[in-house]
Amino acid sequence: MTSEAPAVKGRPVAEPGKTRSRLLTGALVLPAALWYVILLVMPIVIVLLFSFGGRTRTGGYEPGFSLDNYVAALQRPDPFITSLVLASIGTFLCLLIGLPLAYFIATRATKRKAFLIVLLVIPFWTSFLVRTYAWLLILGVDGLAGFFQDLLGNRTFRILGTEFGVLLGLVYGYLPLMVFPLYVTLERMDRTLVEASKDLGAARWATFRQITLPIALPGLITGSILVFIPMMGEYVIPQILGYGQVFTIGNALFLRFLEARNWPAGAALGVGLILIMLITITLYLWFTNRGRASRDVSVV
Amino acid sequence: MRVDRVGTVVEAWLRGHTFLVYLFLYLPIIVVVVFSFNGTERRVTNWDGFSLRWYESVLGSKEIQRYLTNSFIVGISTACIATIVGTMAALGSQRLPKWLRLPFDALTYVSVIVPELVIALATLVFFASTIGRDGVITNATGVEIGFGFHTIVSALSLFNISLVLLLVRARLSGMDRTHVEASYDLYGTPWRTFWQITFPQLLPAIVAGFLLSFTFAFDDYLITTFVNGQGTSTIPLFVFGQIKRGVTPATNAVAALMLLITLSVLLAGQLLTRRRGGGQTDTSVAGMIAEQSN
Repeated sequence: MTSEAPAVKGRPVAEPGKTRSRLLTGALVLPAALWYVILLVMPIVIVLLFSFGGRTRTGGYEPGFSLDNYVAALQRPDPFITSLVLASIGTFLCLLIGLPLAYFIATRATKRKAFLIVLLVIPFWTSFLVRTYAWLLILGVDGLAGFFQDLLGNRTFRILGTEFGVLLGLVYGYLPLMVFPLYVTLERMDRTLVEASKDLGAARWATFRQITLPIALPGLITGSILVFIPMMGEYVIPQILGYGQVFTIGNALFLRFLEARNWPAGAALGVGLILIMLITITLYLWFTNRGRASRDVSVV
Repeated sequence: MRVDRVGTVVEAWLRGHTFLVYLFLYLPIIVVVVFSFNGTERRVTNWDGFSLRWYESVLGSKEIQRYLTNSFIVGISTACIATIVGTMAALGSQRLPKWLRLPFDALTYVSVIVPELVIALATLVFFASTIGRDGVITNATGVEIGFGFHTIVSALSLFNISLVLLLVRARLSGMDRTHVEASYDLYGTPWRTFWQITFPQLLPAIVAGFLLSFTFAFDDYLITTFVNGQGTSTIPLFVFGQIKRGVTPATNAVAALMLLITLSVLLAGQLLTRRRGGGQTDTSVAGMIAEQSN
């Protein structure tokens, strides 16, 4: 900010020496930088080291270099597959539910826009654990499952402890993260494009497919990333609504770390999760850059 | 004419869809609150008349009071650290030279997007191998620092520092610079200009950051369960334990209390930031989150 100070005649410029300015910048950024290095970079490096190491008899870490933990993790890929399938379907469902909602808020709710967004943020930022727990009451045999048992005449019908229950929890928990970016892109959309398309005789569906959807695409991709990554690493929802029987990466990790105390094996799973995240983000950056390029061309 | 009819159907469907989604979002909250007033002594879902007995028993329980106090300690400390460090970083990171700003920004985004479970296990491994039993620092100094509030708060601060940073920086970049320039024209020192012009304009974002960090830390289960120490269990850990062991009507009362605390903090923040903001841009907590997630 100091660099913006205009030089006023007859008075020393408010800008202090360059060194002082640099010191100030450093002092401002240092605490956050320390946090990033000590509590993000170093822990992840240590996890990486652990994942190549062995396990001592007491459960501790033994330095070494072997791929045994990775081989073991790959030999039992079930948790990875379960998580990938659940997160993919969950992301798709969030999109299916979130797009019409974001579209409605952005284009139809004129005065109530801000209010509707607040209504979306409030549950999202309110105790995740409690809201997940609530579904335990709703979906149990005294709730929806019981209702369906009577309806189907099938006493064994249940929702809790199944993939469906977990999926419902995932969509419930992360839907707002899909809606926010979609809303922002649709809100900025130039409505005259839609009008023009209609004036030119395009049908609703064609207008939606050719105008609205391409405009919403960046928000759609951002939303999918924001939803997919935490769904992959989710632990609380499969544990509560899946009774831990829907075995995800989250469950596998938790088990290795806090129960089996096999940290090197857990670390390998953790590195796997990080890799999936990195691949997703790389794909995202690749897609958005490509998208940007093609849009620029089409505008010209 | 036919097109119009399709139009009406589409409009009605959009409306209905929106309504159902909001119902879906709020139904669980309503269910927990309603059942927390259940007078039953048996199953949680057996409605047996309105009663406040479970609130009485919960609020009277020394155990639960301790968990609640721990949650407040964790929530407030995390929020203070995240707000101060995050705001400083937002002000400083703009002034960084490019070669430093790129990695700094990258780390900020990584800390926001990385799954919580990864942070939880990585910090556990880190703390255990440095300040835990047999840790590097423990062996070197002979003093075992161990796990406790400090490990929980520092681990939770990571995400929240970045959250505050992003909120404040967004506000900073949307700020009206003419006042700052006017202040310099009127011979204001950088220090006074900051406190009298910049800071008041950033305040809504700083307040929002503080309140969001508080609720995040107050409600956190995953990181806390990995890095907590003796006697530092928080209320989410208690609720999760109850869920695993079998819920009682008291669980509902505790859950409803947690909702009440976080909801009132969020609503207070919403009202506070709304009033102070003014202007056309949405300065409320909700507006900032929606904007930020893009």
